[in-house]
Amino acid sequence: MLRYAIKRVGSLAISLIVASLVIFACIEVIPGDPASFMLGINAQPDTVAALREELGLNASLGARYLSWVTGMLSGDFGTSYTYRSPVAEIIGDRLWISLPLALIALGLTVLIAFPVGILAATKRGSWADMSVMGATQLGIAIPNFWFAMLMVLLFAINLRWFSAGGFPGWENPLAALKALTLPAIALALPQASILARVMRSALLDTLSEDYIRTCRAKGLTQRQALWRHALRNAMIPVLTIIGLQFSFLLAGAIIIENVFYLPGLGRLVFQAISQRDLIMVESVVFLLVFAVIMVNFAVDLAYAWVDPRLRGRA
Amino acid sequence: MTRWILGTVAATALLTGAAIAKTDVTIGLQLEPPHLDPTSAAAGAIDQVLYSNVFEGLMRFASDGSVINGLAEEWDISEDGKTYTFKLHGGVKFHDGTDLDSADVKFSLDRARAEDSVNAQKALFANIARVEAVDPLTVKVTLTAPQGNFLFNMAWGDAVIVAPESIDDIKIKPIGTGAFKFDDWKQGDSITLVKNASYWGDAAKLDKATFKFISEPTAAFGAMMAEDVDAFYSYPAPENLAQFEADPRFTVLAGNTEGETILAMNNKQAPFDNKLVREAVSHAIDRQAIIDGAMFGYGTPIGSHFAPHNPAYIDLTGNSDYDPEKAKALLAEAGMADGFKTTLKLPPPSYARRGGEIIAAQLRAVGIETEISNLEWAQWLEQAFRGKDFGLTIVSHTEPMDIGIYARPDYYFQYDNADLQKLMADFDVEADGAKRTEMLQQAQTIISEDYVNAYLFQLALTTVVNAKLQGIWADAPTQAIDLTAVSWSE
Repeated sequence: MLRYAIKRVGSLAISLIVASLVIFACIEVIPGDPASFMLGINAQPDTVAALREELGLNASLGARYLSWVTGMLSGDFGTSYTYRSPVAEIIGDRLWISLPLALIALGLTVLIAFPVGILAATKRGSWADMSVMGATQLGIAIPNFWFAMLMVLLFAINLRWFSAGGFPGWENPLAALKALTLPAIALALPQASILARVMRSALLDTLSEDYIRTCRAKGLTQRQALWRHALRNAMIPVLTIIGLQFSFLLAGAIIIENVFYLPGLGRLVFQAISQRDLIMVESVVFLLVFAVIMVNFAVDLAYAWVDPRLRGRA
Repeated sequence: MTRWILGTVAATALLTGAAIAKTDVTIGLQLEPPHLDPTSAAAGAIDQVLYSNVFEGLMRFASDGSVINGLAEEWDISEDGKTYTFKLHGGVKFHDGTDLDSADVKFSLDRARAEDSVNAQKALFANIARVEAVDPLTVKVTLTAPQGNFLFNMAWGDAVIVAPESIDDIKIKPIGTGAFKFDDWKQGDSITLVKNASYWGDAAKLDKATFKFISEPTAAFGAMMAEDVDAFYSYPAPENLAQFEADPRFTVLAGNTEGETILAMNNKQAPFDNKLVREAVSHAIDRQAIIDGAMFGYGTPIGSHFAPHNPAYIDLTGNSDYDPEKAKALLAEAGMADGFKTTLKLPPPSYARRGGEIIAAQLRAVGIETEISNLEWAQWLEQAFRGKDFGLTIVSHTEPMDIGIYARPDYYFQYDNADLQKLMADFDVEADGAKRTEMLQQAQTIISEDYVNAYLFQLALTTVVNAKLQGIWADAPTQAIDLTAVSWSE
């Protein structure tokens, strides 16, 4: 297990170095100057030059890359061009919304998908299975932003149970959780539909394996065979999908964050791109890449945990 | 269950009861300020939140765009028009408790015009030769030449008075002299201001004001409908306005802005260096179709680069009335009977994106093919504005009284006319009101008859407000949401 983990850490480090280079190169070549953006169309050229100097935009590309990467190693992500406050602080604030939102959405996803998927697999061909298949088909097909708008129409505008959006801050945890409820449902529904279908087909595969028949033959009930043997073996594809989904929920909530005007990471990076706050974009993207890589790393470890055969094969 | 329902009803009754005595307001805004220093960025959102509310200048804009006293109680202009002596209000305190005095004014003006200044409107201060603090409440500003616009310039958000002791943190903790104090900024979400109890002038009627940032038009609709916000300034989805108008809970304010929306032509690039071609483009365009199609009917047609609500405005739309046949004839006269191909570069606002499609169709009807490219603002600034790499582009020029840009030959549309440059230079030093008006009218006529750009319409400002909220400005003489006179009716 340890050797397996060490090898994974090595490939993790290489991925991060390559990612930082690619991100920096891609973002620096985007045309557009942060200083001219901030000063608008009436500014004089000497003012723009003064601001470029102040922002440190006149340093060479190599020097800026090095200072960015070495800064990050010591936890200093630099200073945002537009907000003029430390990037790490701003990202930290936004993470307090994006991370809980992703976790709640993932929790909901799992809570919905597991029972539904297991039910559909065990009652294969029944009306329950059919309706699960139909409902999940619909859940995948409906765009989540549209579903979000429908929820706003119903719960915020007509019933007035929820605000249409916004985030009150964590000082009042109940209000904060309430503000994240509709966005989390909007995010979770399509993901739960996907996961339920994966769960169902993975379970069906394992349930038809010989060892399940052997289990039944030695006297286990259908239910015991499912819980003790089939479920654990069906987890590999399910874990893979959960890993991908968590990364997606963390990085891909841009649209939902806009629909509910939540000040999360997605909106931050969206704004930063249009304002050419390059250092902010680089840092957020790098952080997201880091998160995705870490999640995959965790999933790899989880594989090894559910399937001991993988530990030796690293 | 019954008890629960009763409880809810009681709570709802309490909430409704509280709403009547409401002393706070939540304003929706599409864009968030990047930081909170109005003197070092062009972003309109900074002024929208802070101008007049938190920061004040020597002068200020009233809701009709006229320039009135701000921190200056009175002023005196010397015979030669070169020296302005401002007498400051006594007893004015910054929000951190320090006194406002002439040294703060000197600091603010000197900072804005310094060599390394990053003031986005540095030109406002270009004419200042010297600022002196005569005594604690008297400031003397000496100009290099008389300047008729000087008091107007001092009313801009870029010319507000800041204190040297709070300047280091101004971008996150703005300290001004206004009727509201900055309270909190939840970045990405909202900015809160609270009433300044020791304000020197008429106290604000509200105790608290929150600006909430909602960029998505559908989210703006939801927030307004759910009454999460009490007003949405510059409401971004004009297609819903009819619905708000029909709803008794809301009022739609349709006002003017200083935004002249133009189809800019690159005057130094062929074929737009030919006046006949520019004239042809101007006649090929049906302004009303653009206002109806792109702006849902909101907007006033203009025939020059000047705001219709300004007293010096003259209606010159007749110079470029919609006449496709004439446009074709003019193109033929210019030797381009078969038309030509050019680029049309569109920045993100809907006036440009939606208007651009309509303009492209109208130009195609007279034989001009356009290749549309949709650009982000940063790209637009780089390519079209700084690089001058465009044939046509659509922009709304939102600064007040900005006809002076036509006297800058290196400005992006590259219009170079010595007569107009002289006129604007004379205008700068003219102090006589009647003569100034006449000069402005001359300038409007010159650029209209030269067909420098195709002038489309004055951008409208549509603000959706709760019907019980009073005192929100309908017009935008500057980018400000002045809340000092806003209150709730019974």
